[in-house]
Amino acid sequence: MAEVVVRAEALGKRYRLGERERYRHLGAALTRGVAARLRGKGYRDDASPERDDHLWALRDVSFEVREGETFGVIGSNGAGKSTLLKILSRITRPTTGVVRMTGQVASLLEVGTGFHPELTGRENVLLNGVILGMKRREVNRRFDAIVDFSGIAPFLDTPVKRYSSGMYLRLAFAVAAHLEPDILIVDEVLAVGDVEFQRKCLGKMDEVAREGRTVFFVSHNINAVQRLCTRSLALESGRVASIGETRDVVAWYLGETAAMTAADEWIEAAHLPRQRGGDDVRVIRFSYGTDGSLRGRLPHPEGPLEVKLLLEAQAARSLASVAITISDQFGATLVNADVVTLGETVQVKPGHTLVTFRIRALHLTPGTYVLGWWIGDAGDVVCDFVERAIQLDVVDTAAPGLGARSAGDGVVTCDFSVSIETQRGDDGAAPTHAATGLGTRQEPQSQV
Amino acid sequence: MIYAHKVSQPVEESLEIEQRSAPAARVLRADDRREILIAPRSGWAPLELREHWSYRDLLYFLIWRVLKLRYKQTVLGIAWAVIPAVATMVIFTVIFGRLVGVTSNGSPYALFSFAALVPWTYFANAVTQSTNSLVENERLVTKVYFPRLLLPLATTIAGLLDFLVGFVVLVVLMFSFGVVPTAAFLTLPAFAALMVAAAFGVGLCLSALNVYYRDVRYATAFLIQFWLFATPVAYATSIIPTAWRPLFAVNPMVGVVDGFRWAVLENAPAPRVDLLISVFSVVVTLCVGLFYFRRVEDSFADVV
Repeated sequence: MAEVVVRAEALGKRYRLGERERYRHLGAALTRGVAARLRGKGYRDDASPERDDHLWALRDVSFEVREGETFGVIGSNGAGKSTLLKILSRITRPTTGVVRMTGQVASLLEVGTGFHPELTGRENVLLNGVILGMKRREVNRRFDAIVDFSGIAPFLDTPVKRYSSGMYLRLAFAVAAHLEPDILIVDEVLAVGDVEFQRKCLGKMDEVAREGRTVFFVSHNINAVQRLCTRSLALESGRVASIGETRDVVAWYLGETAAMTAADEWIEAAHLPRQRGGDDVRVIRFSYGTDGSLRGRLPHPEGPLEVKLLLEAQAARSLASVAITISDQFGATLVNADVVTLGETVQVKPGHTLVTFRIRALHLTPGTYVLGWWIGDAGDVVCDFVERAIQLDVVDTAAPGLGARSAGDGVVTCDFSVSIETQRGDDGAAPTHAATGLGTRQEPQSQV
Repeated sequence: MIYAHKVSQPVEESLEIEQRSAPAARVLRADDRREILIAPRSGWAPLELREHWSYRDLLYFLIWRVLKLRYKQTVLGIAWAVIPAVATMVIFTVIFGRLVGVTSNGSPYALFSFAALVPWTYFANAVTQSTNSLVENERLVTKVYFPRLLLPLATTIAGLLDFLVGFVVLVVLMFSFGVVPTAAFLTLPAFAALMVAAAFGVGLCLSALNVYYRDVRYATAFLIQFWLFATPVAYATSIIPTAWRPLFAVNPMVGVVDGFRWAVLENAPAPRVDLLISVFSVVVTLCVGLFYFRRVEDSFADVV
């Protein structure tokens, strides 16, 4: 068994509410101090630890990570992931508990920390490398490799403010990729940028892990955690909710999130950013679910998906095109289920109209997608166009590794079968095995 | 408790690490095996000079960044290091030297005031820029760990380049007034060191306070203005009643400015016991700054 290199014991972090939102005013502090004196109490108003204006962002978190392990941390927003990350990166100190780490630690909470727009690519590589914890000597030694990896050698002496955002990311990531710590702490924000870049990031992390380094990966992208991490930890309201094999932790997490969001719950649409649209007809609420299945809002790759749009109209209109769209994270539309392809039109009267779409089988590989809609009338007027209404996680809990897939696995699934024949020279062909399956599966499997 | 960067007992042999079906075997060397302890801390913390020393490469690059960026996209460039001081000297010479007739103890007033303006300008800029150093580098403070002390320290040191330019102009001015340097001239590095220490001490306190109270930023501008008049820049210390001199010298810049004048001018009075008061004052400021900064630096990322 490998040695334990990260050991956290009973970690806790308490924040005073409001502390993060605004900096304190000198005047307020003085009056508070004076008032406390007058009341005969101590100056420090946080003397009593259990006051209700305090919030425990993290409480009693303990875990161990062994050498060479890739350890995932998942949890919904506000579960304490970033706080844990900040403590492990030594950016902030815990209120209680202890962490012991053995070896050199590097943490990447964002790419390009310390990049300055006025400095050239070359200058930023040097600066960023040292900020991330390399010695000047090390940066110089790896400089050529970094530049090669980034692929922006011709622009090395151009200020980065003239770079495209893609070039900027590539250069910044190139520096980060050449860190050689024993323990690497990575935030999911690394997974920004285009597909190529994401692939590079995840690939690099895989490589780092295979070199025997320890990786601590914090994310709410379940698919990435499944792919990369052997063991994981799920946080909920600052506490450890589940810890162990990634498979079990993710299964727990999915069950939990499915239970938390009832499939028939309406989601307000008024605040969503609209690409286009007017005031006549718009979606005011929507809802989606997997048609009564256990997994609530996490559809199966081959499973059904039901989407309900509640339209509000100011006047009677004939809508020639009412569609729901499913796009990938980068905006490419993968599914466009439009009433027009069924030869239907939707007649709306002043008031509310409910339109329900039922997709019988999704045919999407496990991953994160984006749900949206498009509503247009017969005269080509766009009434309501929302490209990114909500994130849609497609998950296969039954598949090995919960449907974890590698980047090369494609996007859509298909019905397919395989037959394998062993060719034995002059004996002729003899069929030995036949199987049918769906898209990304290796093992034989029945139809949905 | 503290962040400890200890090299624990050296491991005798190299350790072969178990792999997850990995081809590239990785060997941890004994000197990699340092343990990092992250634990709560309250109250006063030790300075951890070794920890800071291990970040010297970062300090170098932070200084380098300040210098690289300072005069970018300016036409006059490094000339800006002396333009304000020279302009102030001209104004002081016209108003205080000619119109008011402030005594300069027999030295040419222009040289008399410029000898004080060079260290003063350094001090004023270093304090102002250190005060903002943590807030301006919020991204760094919230995204990566390093001893926060490096930010005000880098600003304080980077200011020395401007100081050197000003100093060269001062020497040129000396010769053009026909002033020949005496042996006292050799004491200048000591006074320059006192000047840096004073600026660093004040900058540390103000930069840490500025994280919590943004009032400090505005107050500093006013403080520096007030401080200029509490320092013998436009006038000579000799116009202060002798009884008040010890109190006057509590201002660390009194010792610095009087020291500079003595080292540069022919007939400036030599520093006396007042200098010791100023030195003591600098030491106190620096200690207070260092320990206060260390005490509060852990919560910077939560507050900034």
